[in-house]
Amino acid sequence: MKRHALSTRLWHWINALAFVVLFMSGLNISNAHRALYWGDYGYDMSEAWLIVARFPSWMTIPQRYDLAEARDWHNLSAWAFALGLLVMWATSLLNRHFARDIATSLEDWRPDAWKAAIKEHTRPGDHGDRSYNAVQKITYGLVLGIGLPMMIATGLAISPGFEVAAPWLVDAFGGRQSARSLHFICAWGLAGFVALHLFMVLWSGPVKQIGRMITGGRREGDTNA
Amino acid sequence: MPDLKRRSLLAGLAAMPAAACTELAETKPAGDLFDAAEDWHRTAHRRLAARQALAPEYAPDERSPDVKGNGTVSIETPEYQEQLAKGFADWRLAVRGLVDNPLSLSLADLKALPQRTQITRHDCVEGWSAIGEWKGPLLSDLLDRARVSEKANFIVFRCADVLYNRDYYESVDMVDAYHPQTIIAHELNGEPLPEKNGAPLRVRIERQLGYKHAKYLTAIEAVASFDDLYGGKGGFWEDIGDYQWYAGI
Repeated sequence: MKRHALSTRLWHWINALAFVVLFMSGLNISNAHRALYWGDYGYDMSEAWLIVARFPSWMTIPQRYDLAEARDWHNLSAWAFALGLLVMWATSLLNRHFARDIATSLEDWRPDAWKAAIKEHTRPGDHGDRSYNAVQKITYGLVLGIGLPMMIATGLAISPGFEVAAPWLVDAFGGRQSARSLHFICAWGLAGFVALHLFMVLWSGPVKQIGRMITGGRREGDTNA
Repeated sequence: MPDLKRRSLLAGLAAMPAAACTELAETKPAGDLFDAAEDWHRTAHRRLAARQALAPEYAPDERSPDVKGNGTVSIETPEYQEQLAKGFADWRLAVRGLVDNPLSLSLADLKALPQRTQITRHDCVEGWSAIGEWKGPLLSDLLDRARVSEKANFIVFRCADVLYNRDYYESVDMVDAYHPQTIIAHELNGEPLPEKNGAPLRVRIERQLGYKHAKYLTAIEAVASFDDLYGGKGGFWEDIGDYQWYAGI
């Protein structure tokens, strides 16, 4: 049995590309108005809860301040990101990837399990072909179940054309400017995850890890059974 | 300094997609894909919501202290300043183009029509929002009185302001032109429209971003296409900056 199903691998790379483009074009969009507010309105920087830094051109798509082109990239990649996540979730539920590899048991929520997982990963190098540990399951679960869907939901909430279809969504986030703030916070939360994720790949044998995410690798035994 | 090295390495890595995207965006397939995505958004929005679905309206105490002025906030020409001083007594709004009954309306004419008052949120493409109470006649009412031809596909808004040496103008399709919240506003928060918000007249197109809400209106024109209009893309920002014509996202 493959360690990573074809659908998982396809989604992983499409999503990675879409996320990079969304994040970097999002930083360009952020430069258009660098203040974040709570509630339904906000235009006066003195009322902002946070004024963010201006992101330098090497961090943005495109590499100059261009709100229109950044929005083109953002709005195009959003389709790949959103539809990809939808298909991935449907597939994971159908092929039991979620139930088998990511869903946690009560055991996984005990600090002992976390300590064991962290201890095991303090040494660099390959950690074998076993199933995900408690920390991985919880982290992937939070990213797949909350982080990525939040990007889509908050993104849709700040679209005035979509708002008329689901005004309750904007209310659920506490208003349009709150949704915009949450969009920004979740984006940086996911960027933090990506940084940690990349670090762990480098830490635990990048060639083998990346290879497995391309070819699928091999699953040794079925320790989750 | 290791810090500097790490930074330039990061910058180098980040610049790869950025540079690739910057180059790619100039190509025809990328441009076509962007346009397609814009169409998908418009189609999805129109399928998900009813054609006439209303943008949220707010209670009077939910208004923001002000509605920020953006883009042009003052018109320096003597003609405009004279009109402003006189309360726009001689200002005319033309309704023309593909119509059977062209109109030329004074402010008094517009105020004599049935009015709609709505407290709505203005969302700027830059990211900020403000909530204000707008009052004015429905655009659909003006279009009906002018008897728009069936050949018309878009409504163009002509403006008195000039930015970067170009006339400001905007356009929408018939769905948004006939939307019940699309009004020609002459009042903001119970007062005549302030200069920074587009005195004496601006259009409100509540399901789209702020750059669609043209200010300082002089004419409303029914057209079949944008081919003979400035840059041909249907709006000031669309022409000069390649902004999305559909501003619902």
